[in-house]
Amino acid sequence: MWENLQHEFQRYFVDNGASDWWLGGLKTTLLVTVLALCIGVILGFLVALIRSTHEQTGRLKLLNAVCVVYLTVIRGTPSMIQILIFYSVVFASIPLNNIIIGGIAFGINSGAYVAEIVRSGIMSIDRGQMEAGRSLGLSSGQTMKLIIMPQAFKNVLPALINEMIVLLKETAIIGYIGTVDITKAATLVQSRTYSAFVPLISAAVFYLVLVMLLTYFMGKVERRLRRSDH
Amino acid sequence: MTTNGEVLIKVEDLQKHFGDNKVLDGISTEIHKGEVVAIIGPSGSGKSTFLRSLNLLEVPTGGKILFENVDITDPKVDIDRHRQKIGMVFQQFNLFPHKTVKENIMLAPVTLKLMTPEEASRKAEELLNRVGLPDKAQAYPGSLSGGQKQRIAIARALAMNPDVMLFDEPTSALDPEMVGEVLEIMKELAQTGMTMVVVTHEMGFAREVASRVLFIDGGNIQEDAPPEEFFASPKNPRLREFLSKVL
Repeated sequence: MWENLQHEFQRYFVDNGASDWWLGGLKTTLLVTVLALCIGVILGFLVALIRSTHEQTGRLKLLNAVCVVYLTVIRGTPSMIQILIFYSVVFASIPLNNIIIGGIAFGINSGAYVAEIVRSGIMSIDRGQMEAGRSLGLSSGQTMKLIIMPQAFKNVLPALINEMIVLLKETAIIGYIGTVDITKAATLVQSRTYSAFVPLISAAVFYLVLVMLLTYFMGKVERRLRRSDH
Repeated sequence: MTTNGEVLIKVEDLQKHFGDNKVLDGISTEIHKGEVVAIIGPSGSGKSTFLRSLNLLEVPTGGKILFENVDITDPKVDIDRHRQKIGMVFQQFNLFPHKTVKENIMLAPVTLKLMTPEEASRKAEELLNRVGLPDKAQAYPGSLSGGQKQRIAIARALAMNPDVMLFDEPTSALDPEMVGEVLEIMKELAQTGMTMVVVTHEMGFAREVASRVLFIDGGNIQEDAPPEEFFASPKNPRLREFLSKVL
């Protein structure tokens, strides 16, 4: 019984390069997700700031127009098509690691969703908060940074966590540009072993564990931020 | 309580339109140092818009506002610098809910580098004593009553050492039993010689504390008199009608 289990483990996770695929796949999924998260969050906050500044003051017309086009295109096309375009068109003649291409593509995709989440957070803050900051002599930038954004961030954190989870799982399509991530590793092992059950269930478990870890740590952040709510 | 102090705010032909809707219809007046000006009037009369124009939270569509001899309606003027000298207290308090009471008070002077954190901290403690809430320094606004919130909001505005304090219906959002504590703080503030402009429905406060009472209706000042005269022998017929309803 024990030997049998060990043998099965060898077959699915070690032999014929299976261990390299799994470990490499895990690393790829994590790297692409982290890179995309960073790009997405920075881009998303930037776009949200431009959009809400425009909505509140009417300034930044041109930048706002660029942001609207960005949001429309990214949210209006499948991420699968987007990553293929990045791989075979945008970076076709630029020698770049697939992980970086994937990170950029998913980051730009995620940024659009983050932007709308953050913008809704900024809009949810009472107008009086901005007025109170400005009436004390703070500039609109200072009020945004010290008063509006911390509150907005706290309000949208659950939605942001959700977007992070979606992003993590969405990276599963990166196999289409020939990169071995968790999903691709599973299908490779499947084709070597002629058995679908163990590799696919294993891939699912990997994703589940990653999502649970992410949820756990973000939950900690959220609880910290909720301290001021009595 | 004198009207012959120097002019702090001079308003000339102030106008504000929202589309076709004329909210302020050419208001002109002067506010002198040390005066306590109460502004009363029916809702929708433009009294809040007038007050909010004085620190440019509402941008006027015409006219001038000279604050300490500088026209702050001039787009070239650094309005943030002038707002530091114009304290404002809102109907809805507008405390920063993610900051403690003390942080609320210290935020602006420290951010604007007018005080070191130590100085601001001392100032905050002094102000908390003055508004009678020294034990609330570490509390968050969410745990305070309306009256306490408004007293903190007054302390926050005072932390900037303003030359004038604007109050936009400071007691209108309060439960009746909390109105008194806020008015008491305002009365004490008036006794220190602070210049105050107060939009209010509290006729008792206007009568007792104000040095001058303005009646605004239809976007303009209809009556401008010391409180005794204002309440005893109102000249404007609309004011007479208004007073008969509220008194």
